Amino acid sequence: MIELSHVSKHFGSHHVLRDITETIERGEVVVICGPSGSGKSTLIRTINRLEEIDSGQIRVDGRDIHGPGVQIDRFRSGIGFVFQQFNLFPHLTVLENCTLAPVHLQGLEQGNARQKAITVLERMGVADKAGAYPAHLSGGQQQRVAIARALVMEPPVMLFDEPTSALDPEMIGEVLLAIKSLAHQGMTLVCVTHEMGFAREVADRILFMADGSILERASAEDFFAHPEHPRTRKFLSDIRSPFGRY
Amino acid sequence: MSESLATYGLYFLIGQYPNGPLGGLALTILLGASALVLAMPVGILLALARISDWRVVRWPVTGMIYIVRGTPLLMVVFWAYFFLPAVTGKKTGQFTTMLIALAIFNGAYLAEVVRAGIQGVPRGQTEAARSLGLNYGQTLRRIVVPQALRNMLPSLVNQFVTTLKETSLGYIIGLQEVAFIASQVNSQVIVHPVAIYTALALTFFVLCFGLARLAGWLGVRT
Repeated sequence: MIELSHVSKHFGSHHVLRDITETIERGEVVVICGPSGSGKSTLIRTINRLEEIDSGQIRVDGRDIHGPGVQIDRFRSGIGFVFQQFNLFPHLTVLENCTLAPVHLQGLEQGNARQKAITVLERMGVADKAGAYPAHLSGGQQQRVAIARALVMEPPVMLFDEPTSALDPEMIGEVLLAIKSLAHQGMTLVCVTHEMGFAREVADRILFMADGSILERASAEDFFAHPEHPRTRKFLSDIRSPFGRY
Repeated sequence: MSESLATYGLYFLIGQYPNGPLGGLALTILLGASALVLAMPVGILLALARISDWRVVRWPVTGMIYIVRGTPLLMVVFWAYFFLPAVTGKKTGQFTTMLIALAIFNGAYLAEVVRAGIQGVPRGQTEAARSLGLNYGQTLRRIVVPQALRNMLPSLVNQFVTTLKETSLGYIIGLQEVAFIASQVNSQVIVHPVAIYTALALTFFVLCFGLARLAGWLGVRT
């Protein structure tokens, strides 16, 4: 489904992605984790070309996404992207946020688009907020609306860039459950996150990144039980709370 | 005073019209409105060029904006008055000359207002729109500009009011707008300069205040 081969990228003199090669299968749920500054977010952003790459190749559904025949806007509408900061459109209601793409990209009539949007908002448990503006929603509700906005285009792939990092702790659970519900429907999901409990339970595979390289790839089970790379072991011990469980 | 009003009131409002060219307050309003209508799209186009990724577009426009901003409007008016006929080989009317000068001058200022407004919209908004599959134009129109416009409104109104007042510089090239007419009336009446120029000041105040209120009202509605 998503094939990266020898992907490299610099930000100025900083080598943020170093020769990354990885394949994500259709229907797979992949979690990318690693210390901050390791290139996880940049990597996930290259998959829908929010970030351009210096060299290498990225293929989605077998097509080179930098190829000459690629219509970038149409390509992007087939990939859902969820941001850390939600990025809902503040001047539009929840419903309008979700009908924007179907109306202007698929040419759906307002009525049909609205129906479609309500359906996904219901799935995300925020249909009762359809008429509200984003500013009146909690962070967790905003993020679920942002997921609904992406889902409305029925993309076969969803990318999540630290979807819970900007949330207060009590709202993390509701968003993770919403993402988990998608995993069960056979969607291809790639999620950058620090939520290791979520990774363990939902991910098929975990990729560990540091300094722009993927240092470890393992099933969720093996990743936590037998981390191989020393950097992985250090990371797993670092993210454990020094105060233990309560 | 009252006989001056009776004699010159209509002259003040519409100039020599219908026996001569339209002038006075009517001409001022016509010039101000045309200048705003023309300067706004000029401003938007220049702003888009100013934030363009293409240097070929960005650099000349940036240069032009710096030049205009570093020049008094009076110079631009003279420049339009003497330079345009030299280039086109035809004499340009005073109204058109003034309109062109105002559109260019205020277009450059509006461009900076619009640019600041657009760049003030968080990057994440553009990224979210593009990641949904909206193209550059749709993203600008549906997402960026509506949010930018709200932020820009106070500065826009400021510039609109300035434009309206700047029509009075048409005086210098003999355009019969309301300030010119007021000075004509004054030189005929001679004994009431304070009253006449106070009336002129009040007229401009009412125009500008009305425009600001109208813009504020429109802003609340959008």
